Amino acid sequence: MSNTPTSDSLITTDVQTESTDRSAVSGATAVAARDLNVYYGDEQAIDDVSIEIPEKRVTALIGPSGCGKSTFLRCINRMNDMIDVCRVEGDVEFGGKNVYDDDVDPVALRRKIGMVFQKPNPFPKSIRDNVAYGLEIQGFDGDVDARVEESLKGAALWDEVKDQLDSSGLDLSGGQQQRLCIARAIAPDPEVILMDEPTSALDPVAASKIEDLIDDLAEEYTVIIVTHNMQQAARISDRTAVFLTGGRLVEYDDTTKIFEDPEEQRVEDYITGKFG
Amino acid sequence: MTDSTESPDLQRRSGLRRLKEGTYGGLFAACAAATLLTTVAIFVTLLSDAVVFFQEIPIAEFLTGTNWSPNPAGGGQAFGIIPLLIGTLVVTITAAVIALPVGTLTAIYLSEYATPNARSILKPLLEILAGIPTVVYGYFALVYITPALKATLFPEMSTFNALSASIMVGIMTIPMVSSISEDAMSAVPDELRQAGYGLGATKFEVSTGIVVPASVSGIASSYILAVSRAIGETMIVVVAMGAQARMPAVREAAFGIPYINPADILLESGMTITVAMVQIAGGDLTGGTIPYDSMFALGLTLFVVTLVMNVLSDIIAERYREEY
Repeated sequence: MSNTPTSDSLITTDVQTESTDRSAVSGATAVAARDLNVYYGDEQAIDDVSIEIPEKRVTALIGPSGCGKSTFLRCINRMNDMIDVCRVEGDVEFGGKNVYDDDVDPVALRRKIGMVFQKPNPFPKSIRDNVAYGLEIQGFDGDVDARVEESLKGAALWDEVKDQLDSSGLDLSGGQQQRLCIARAIAPDPEVILMDEPTSALDPVAASKIEDLIDDLAEEYTVIIVTHNMQQAARISDRTAVFLTGGRLVEYDDTTKIFEDPEEQRVEDYITGKFG
Repeated sequence: MTDSTESPDLQRRSGLRRLKEGTYGGLFAACAAATLLTTVAIFVTLLSDAVVFFQEIPIAEFLTGTNWSPNPAGGGQAFGIIPLLIGTLVVTITAAVIALPVGTLTAIYLSEYATPNARSILKPLLEILAGIPTVVYGYFALVYITPALKATLFPEMSTFNALSASIMVGIMTIPMVSSISEDAMSAVPDELRQAGYGLGATKFEVSTGIVVPASVSGIASSYILAVSRAIGETMIVVVAMGAQARMPAVREAAFGIPYINPADILLESGMTITVAMVQIAGGDLTGGTIPYDSMFALGLTLFVVTLVMNVLSDIIAERYREEY
C-alpha cells in the first residue's frame, strides 16, 4: 500500500463512475431524522442527528466501530424497540410521519421498510418459503409463485436456484444466502431497504455480486447501507453520511464530495485511514 | 535462521500419558456400555420369561382376551390384555391431551414472551414440579381432584377413576414437555427472530412460524419422553385409579352402531398394564407360576409399545425437521 492519494481523490475509486448515472442530488426525501438522540441506559449512542435521506438512492453510513451508525439504521424500522434499555428522543420521519408517534405500529412500519442483516440469516425453510414468508404474514393475496420468481430475479439469484426452490435455503453458499435474504426483503415490495454491513461476512467475489445488486436495487428502492468498507461506500453509494465517535453525524454529502473533498479534517483523516 | 542442526524436541513422551489417555477413554466407554448392556439384559430377561408364559397361554389369546384375572379365588384364570390396554391408552391419551399443549405453550411463553426475571422464577418452579414424588401426585388426585370433580362436573364418578389419575399424570408430565421444548426453542439463533421481526412479523408469528418449526425435533423428543413416561406411570394410577381390570360396556346406538361411551371408562375405576404388574409383583406369588410369568409378558408388551412409538416419532420428527 504505497500509493499516495492523488490531487483530488483521497482514495482510489476507479469503479466509482460506474454507479453514478443516477444524479445524486434531486429527488424527494424518503427518510429523515430530526434532532435524534438515542441512549442505551446512560450511554448516548446517537447525539443530535438530523439528516434527510433521498428516495431511490443508495445512502451509505460509514464510521468507526461504536459510532452509532447501526443504531441509527435500527431506529428507522424501530428494531431498537426490542432492546429494553434503548431510549429514543426526537423524530424519525418516514413518508412525512414520525415513526415514533404513539399511533405507529412498528409491525406495520417494518412491512414498509425491509432489512438485510450482517450475517446471512435465511430461515430453515425451503428457498420458496423463505421468499414467501413476508408475503404470507402480510396476507398477500396475489400470485405468490410469480412474486417469488420476481423477487429472486430482483436479487440476481433466480438462475442459480430456479430448479431447487424446494430445497433448504441453508444449502446455499454464504453469498447466495445473503441474496436470498435480499429477495426475502424485497418480496413484500417495501419502500426502503436497510442493510447492516451486508457483505462483511462474505468473500470478495460474493461481496461484489451484492454490490452490483445494490446498484440495481436503487432503481426501485431507497437503500440505506451501513458499511465498514470505505471503498464499498465509495463504489456503491450516491450519498455518504460519516458518523464519528459519540454518535455524532459529522458530515453528510454526495459521495464524490465526501471522498474527494470533505469539509471536515476529521472526515478526511478517517477516510484516508489516519484513524478509525 | 540459525545454522544449528538441532531439530525441535518433538519426541513422544513416555507411555504414561498415552496410558492415562487410554484409561480415560476406556472408563467413559465402559459407562456407555453399562447403559447399553442394562437395556439389552432387560430385554433378554423379559423375552425369555415371556416365552415361558406364551408356552402356556397362546399369544393370540393374550392379545385378544377381554378378561384379565390372573389369580382368582375360585379358579378360572384368564390372561386377556385388552382391558389393561384400554386402561393404559385412556390414561396416556388423556394425559397427553393435557400435557402436550400446556407444556408446549408454557415453553413458548418461557422462551419467547417471559422477561428474564419471570423466566428465572418460573423455570425452577416448573422443575420442582418434576421433582415431586409421584405417590404425592396420586394422593393429591384421590383426595382433591376426585372430590372436586364429583362435587362439580361428574356427581356419578366413582372414588377410584381413570379421569383424576389421567389429569394428574398429565400435570406431572407438563414440566418434561415444557423444559425440553424450551431448551430447544432457546437454542434457535436470534438472527432468525430478527429476520422475522425485520419483515414485520408479530411476536406470535415469529414464535409459531419461525421458532417452533426450527425447534420441532426438540419438541418432538419432549413429546416422546412425556408420553413414554405416561405409559409407564404406575404410582399415580395405583393410588387414584384403583385396580379393577374392567371392559367398558358396549352400547347400541339408535342406528344399530355399537359404541363405547368414554365416560364409562373415564369415570370408573380401571387398571393399566403397569398396575397389573405391580399387583402380581406385590402378591405372594413365586417364580414358576403362570401369573408370575404373565408379568414378563406384560412388561414385554410395554417395551414393544414404547419402542414402536419412539421409532414412529423419530420418523415424524425427521420429516418435519428444520435444521438451522
